[in-house]
Amino acid sequence: MVLVLAETQKGQFKKAAYELTYYGHQTAQALGTECAALVLGTAEGAEELGKYGASEVYHINDTALDTFDSQAYTKVIAAAAEKAGANVVIVGHTSTGKSLLGRLAVRMNAGSVPAVNAVPTLEGGTFKVRKPVFSGKAFADYEVKSDNKVLSLMGNSLQPQEVGQAASVETLDVEVPAAQVTVKEVKRMEGRTPLPEAELVVSAGRGMKGPENWGIIEELAETMGATTACSRPVADADWRPHHEHVGQTGVAIRPNLYFAIGISGAIQHLAGVNSSKTIVVINKDPEAPFFKAADYGVVGDLFDVVPRLNEAMKKFKAEN
Amino acid sequence: MKLLVCVSKTPETTAKIAFTEGNTQFDTSGVQFIMNPYDEWYALVRALELKEANGGSVTIINVGPAANDTVIRKGLAIGADEAVRVDAEPSSALFVAKQIAAYAKKEAFDVVFLGKETIDYNGSEVGAMVAELLDVPFISYASHMDMDGDTATVTRDIEGGNEVVEVKAPFVVSAAKGLAEQRIPNMRGIMMAKRKPLKVEPAVDAEDLSVAVHYELPPEKGDVKLVDPENMDELVRLLHEEAKAI
Ligand SMILES: Cc1cc2nc3c(=O)[nH]c(=O)nc-3n(C[C@H](O)[C@H](O)[C@H](O)COP(=O)(O)OP(=O)(O)OC[C@H]3O[C@@H](n4cnc5c(N)ncnc54)[C@H](O)[C@@H]3O)c2cc1C
Repeated sequence: MVLVLAETQKGQFKKAAYELTYYGHQTAQALGTECAALVLGTAEGAEELGKYGASEVYHINDTALDTFDSQAYTKVIAAAAEKAGANVVIVGHTSTGKSLLGRLAVRMNAGSVPAVNAVPTLEGGTFKVRKPVFSGKAFADYEVKSDNKVLSLMGNSLQPQEVGQAASVETLDVEVPAAQVTVKEVKRMEGRTPLPEAELVVSAGRGMKGPENWGIIEELAETMGATTACSRPVADADWRPHHEHVGQTGVAIRPNLYFAIGISGAIQHLAGVNSSKTIVVINKDPEAPFFKAADYGVVGDLFDVVPRLNEAMKKFKAEN
Repeated sequence: MKLLVCVSKTPETTAKIAFTEGNTQFDTSGVQFIMNPYDEWYALVRALELKEANGGSVTIINVGPAANDTVIRKGLAIGADEAVRVDAEPSSALFVAKQIAAYAKKEAFDVVFLGKETIDYNGSEVGAMVAELLDVPFISYASHMDMDGDTATVTRDIEGGNEVVEVKAPFVVSAAKGLAEQRIPNMRGIMMAKRKPLKVEPAVDAEDLSVAVHYELPPEKGDVKLVDPENMDELVRLLHEEAKAI
């Protein structure tokens, strides 16, 4: 049995939970077994996970799990895996999942592979799975030798598809240990999709000249429903908040569409964004290295091109 | 407070990524190595700041061969008091975590710091493993951290925001951008580092349960398609019809 941890935010499931369930379903198929989903704490609509391939949904409905403590979560998940007879546990490569994967590996005596982005294969009894390494500059295939296995799935690795029907939700009775960590406050930007999950990203660099010019970037992002990002010097200069910094030493992302505006395309920047499916570069320097990594390029002054692009996007949105 | 900072050695960010032995080994020829930036810039510096404010000691630990001593000496030059190298090839995250946990347990450290991930394997696993092996709390992606006695208040980055938590030592914390400002070692630091203790410890037994067996480079990008800057309708059309990205 494969068990996926379907995360919620304020009791609601997001796309990442459906993507992970669908990935769990595909993994289960590759291994010749079934996929169950585990839901922790307050949650609404857990039965929907069945549509994305969970044959069973287990719910541990204890409000103590509404705040995150990796130690308590690990004990609960490992106990649930045992009850469900699961030997493969998959979490998202999210702030929650990253805090859990290594712990689960130790607790379950399981071989772990973090940040995978493809469905595992089982050939001649050998379990292999692929992950990006060197900040997206290469891939590595990992072999997991132990019976128990734990994986974390990189966001935006596959498009969730409906493959079944709503599942019945079974309440699972597992002891929830007292948390050693007290959560004082949770602050999230409302409205925008966070960068690691965003499918559309509009990113800008030092070519913007100063923070006062970001209006055109915000407007384009608004029109497209995209999330904004930036290069490192822009965040270092406090033109933009640190959480927008993408690259090798910032957030690594793989959206469907990445707009790089006034960014030169240094190797450390490319490392965090080159897994994006489509890359558009807008730069006035035709020699900018980013053009070599781009699918589409516009050589021009961003202060002219971006407003024009925004108008074209608006027109497209109105027509479609 | 006894603070332990885990540092790893990674290829320099502009290093050419290539593989040898039938794509089963990373090709290290001509590659320059550095201390993993998250370990150096944030984890180590915040540990030093806390020591400077509250007293105590900062120890660096690395799991690796003698060639790693240059990276370790840099950490001493930045200001750590002493260093330990566990003399073994860091063959997997679990192997490394078991070495660190064994040492941390023996020496009873109050806080174990490490970077949020290494820039080569991008695993983000070792911290959580060490915490589970020690059965202590783990706070990942810390971008702010203060200590008052043995209680820490830590801000950790989460998707689209952050979370403020309180935790009592002992615990493990992984460092993200914002936790501290990079420090450049000065001449005095470099001179002093030569005289600071660097202990070499034998490895404890640990198995690798998952290992990389094959590497591949991504396919080369085709040529960029240039679009007339006057004609953004065309770009939008291509993104919709050809790339199917919008
Ligand atoms: C260890 C290390 C880690 C690093 N990690 C990262 C990282 O994670 N992320 C990251 O981004 N960087 C990182 N860097 C920094 C990186 O090397 C580059 O310095 C940085 O990415 C450059 O940012 P930029 O492209 O915004 O600025 P620049 O390199 O200054 O480029 C600005 C670009 O804007 C263009 N431009 C200027 N004016 C206009 C205009 N009017 N219209 C159109 N185009 C215009 C220019 O032609 C130029 O190409 C790292 C560096 C090191 C050493």
